[in-house]
This record gives sequence, structure tokens and C-alpha cells, in this order.
Amino acid sequence: MDAIISGIGQSAVGRRLGRSGLDLTLDAALEAIADAGLTPADIDGLATYPGAFPMPPGFSGPGSPDVQDALRLRLNWHRGGIEGAAQLSAVVDAVAAVTTGLARHVLVYRTVTESSAQGSGGRDGIGLSGGGGAPKMGGALQWSIPFRAYSAANWLAMNCHRHMHEFGTTPEQLAQIALNGRRNAARNPKAVYRDAMTLEDYFASRMITTPFRLFDCDAPVDGSTALIVSAPGHASGVDHAVARVEAVGTALRGRPSWDQFDDMTTMAARDAGAALWERTELTPADVDIAELYDGFSFLTMVWLEALGFCGKGESGPFVEGGQRIAIDGELPVNTHGGQLSAGRLHGFGFIHEAVLQLRGEAGDRQVTRRGGGAPEVAAVANGGGPVAGALLLVAESA
Amino acid sequence: MTDAPFRVQPALDDDNRFFWTSGRDGVLRFAHCAGCGYWLHPPIPRCPACGGRDVTPQAVSGRGQVWSYTVNHHSWDGGTEPYAIVLVELAEQEGLRLTSNLVGCAPVDVHIGMAVQVAFEERDGIWYPLFEPAEKD
Repeated sequence: MDAIISGIGQSAVGRRLGRSGLDLTLDAALEAIADAGLTPADIDGLATYPGAFPMPPGFSGPGSPDVQDALRLRLNWHRGGIEGAAQLSAVVDAVAAVTTGLARHVLVYRTVTESSAQGSGGRDGIGLSGGGGAPKMGGALQWSIPFRAYSAANWLAMNCHRHMHEFGTTPEQLAQIALNGRRNAARNPKAVYRDAMTLEDYFASRMITTPFRLFDCDAPVDGSTALIVSAPGHASGVDHAVARVEAVGTALRGRPSWDQFDDMTTMAARDAGAALWERTELTPADVDIAELYDGFSFLTMVWLEALGFCGKGESGPFVEGGQRIAIDGELPVNTHGGQLSAGRLHGFGFIHEAVLQLRGEAGDRQVTRRGGGAPEVAAVANGGGPVAGALLLVAESA
Repeated sequence: MTDAPFRVQPALDDDNRFFWTSGRDGVLRFAHCAGCGYWLHPPIPRCPACGGRDVTPQAVSGRGQVWSYTVNHHSWDGGTEPYAIVLVELAEQEGLRLTSNLVGCAPVDVHIGMAVQVAFEERDGIWYPLFEPAEKD
């Protein structure tokens, strides 16, 4: 890997913004391009997750052709797609493209308009959107949807129960992920939920699917996040620190299946995490901040284990009480509030936050490294169940 | 027995048709490799364990244990809640699992390790393999 994140951008983020995905994407993209000291004429690569497709509503932002055309980009390399190492697959591909010389500056983005798409109706189950006769399910979804297991909430709840069964993980420990996110979101002006949350509030939130309560589930929003992946030589072309991509975690060594994967308590995160450390001399002890996917609270605990911040099965005790993962704790986690409280930017919010922190630009929520200064090493993880990807980023001064 | 107004149907094809209609005679079947004895799921025409092509549907006991579960309270489909979604590991092979529903007992009584047996629910020509608490041997 030989690439840097030279610029970042993010649109407005909120509930039911009522703006198109392309409109939000252009805000994020132009901000990222300018932040990287570039103009659209300099962008020669384009990558997105998941590419354009219609279902579920608001899940996919504009496809790469729409963004290319809107910015009149002249591209040497481009991609859009959903298969791969979770949302981060778009970033990993961009890093590979830059490393191999297929492109020099790649615009990478992820856009969601799930809040507007859902309106006031709440989140649909998969396969039920649109009303009327439900479609017949082929492929992998035929093994879950016909049993009224309509949502990743249902599927991951079973992973979480298995973790509780094998390791004694408690609902109070699970709650710490949601409480930590809310505490951090209070310091993030772009977060959608900033009011204080107590353990009592958490337990009072309605049960969705045991053991997940409403506050274990992330908050659909509208928003777009963009970044520029550049060749390392461009670090001198910007007026701020950059994030060098030290390693990527892309492995999937178990079966790519929700119900047939060998170890339900880890799933694909185990492999992506292992691969990350196989590809670097750094170790988990070198990491200053961890931005770990929390589409559901339990996933952050899975990633804490998968990335080796604690032992297998030990994430419950690790997060007990919440101090260790707090902004001033030994391993600050989800410093912007995560998707539970900052909003479901679907993976890319974590990258954006990691880069802000490494650059020392995170405002009221800026983490101070032990010994002073901004964090130097950040771990970013996306995904859950049979899809997972991870990044290790290292700050480099301008 | 569930109180869902409908069940989303699987799209039948040459590989999965036997599975979704197997309950017609009350027997659960999985694809099985005659060469090495491996149970395949989801069903595909060739054995991933040994590469063998002699893969055919074969009956299983229909018995297993609850590997994990969730009791769903959220209203997704207009049916009644709560209901229990279970991941059942079949007795025949370690890791051979089905996502399903637990019927025949209150959702709150579901627990990991619970012995269960298949109980088919037929709707529109599909035999959904649900599970109920196992009868004692």
C-alpha cells in the first residue's frame, strides 16, 4: 500500500434534509477536492460503495457515472459496487489503484438518503418495501426473510445472544457502546442525537429484537462523505497533515454466510482484523483511536476483539463502565458519536472522523494522545456479519 | 403456526426446489454428497468438500438444537409480535444450520441449547421448515 488520504469532505448531515443524493454528494466531493488542494480537473479516479441501485430506498447514493458527469471528470480508473470488504472496499480499491499507478487522485464517496426515503414510516424490513405483494426471494436472503427475519437487526441479535451465551456478555456492557456514542455526539455539532442518555434511558428504549433495543440500532440520516486518495508525493501539496494508509484488512476466510459462518461471535471481522495486522509492523498497542462500525452496538464489541484491542470474548469487560473507551480513556472509540448518535453515514463517517482526529481538527472532541498532541495511529472498521473491512491510518505531517 | 399475514416466498430454482417442497411428506431434506458424506447447505450441484458430483437430497432427522435466537418485537410485516427467530444447528453435522422460527412454545421460553424438531408450515406450495420443542425420545 502506498497511498494517502489527502482530503476529506462531508455534506450537511441530518434527518430528512429533503435534498437529492447527488446534491449532497457534490457538496462532499467539492469540499474534499478543495481540502486536498486540488480541482476537479486533477481527479483521475472515482470509486464508490455501493454503486447505484434502487433498494432499499435511500441506501444507495448516486452511481459513479452520475457523479463523474456532474463534475465532468476525466477518469483513468473508476469503480462502484457492493461486494468486497464492506463499505471500505471502495477505499481499498482506490488505495490499490493509486499504489499501482492506475490513478493519481481518486475521489471516493458514500452517500445515503435513508432518512428522507423512509419519511415518517420508520425503517422497512428487507423484502417488504413498496407494499403490495412481497417479491419472491432468491439468493442468500431466501434463508432468512421467509422466517420473518427481515432485518440485519434480527440476524445480528442472534450473533449477540451467542456472544452472551459463550462469554457472559451483559446488556449493561452492550449499553456502554450506545452511551459512549451519545457522550461523544454531544461534542459533535453535526451529530443528529446529542441529548444526554443515561443507562436508565437506554433500558427504557423499546425492544426491537432481543437483546437489541432501539438505542442499539443506528439512526438513518441523509448525508454524503467524500475523501481523496492520492499518491504519497501529494502530501507536500496540501496545507495540513494527511493520513497515510498503513494497512488494509480485507480477508474473508470463513464461509460468506450469515448462518453458516463457523464462529457466530466474530464472523468476518475476525478475518479482516487478522489480515490488517498481518500487513503491518504496527500492533494494536500502537493505536491511539478506534472508529469501529456500530450499525448495531454489538458490532463495535466484535471489532474490539477482532482488531485485538482485547481478547476474544473479552469485549464486555473491556467496555464495562465505559471509561476505557471514552474520549479521555485508554482507547477512545467512536469519537464523533458513531452511527448510533451521529447518524448512519454507513461506514464513511468513521473514516472522516479518523482523518479529522489524526489532523488535530476534531474541535471539542479532539483526542489528546498520551504524551500530548493529536493521535498518530487510527483504526477504522466497517461492516458486520459476513462482510468486514478495516483500515489502519497513520498521521503524516505536511 | 404463526400469526404472520403472509410469508415471503423463496424463488424456486433447480437447486433449491427440493428443499422448499420437502415437507410435503413431513421429512426435512438437505443436499448430501454420496462420495464423502458431507451435508451441503445452501444446496449446490457439486460438493465443496470433495468435489464430488453425486449430490442428491437426502432425509435428515429433523432434530437439532437452538444455536442462537432472537425474540422479535418490532412490527415489520403486520403480523403479531413477539415471535422467536431461531438459528438451529441440525443433529447431522456440526455447523449445518437453518434460520427459522420456533413454534409450539412461548417466545420467552426459547433458549440456546434447546432441543428442537422440525414442524412444517405449508403456504401456497412452500413447506417452511419451522421448529418446535423436541419430544422426549
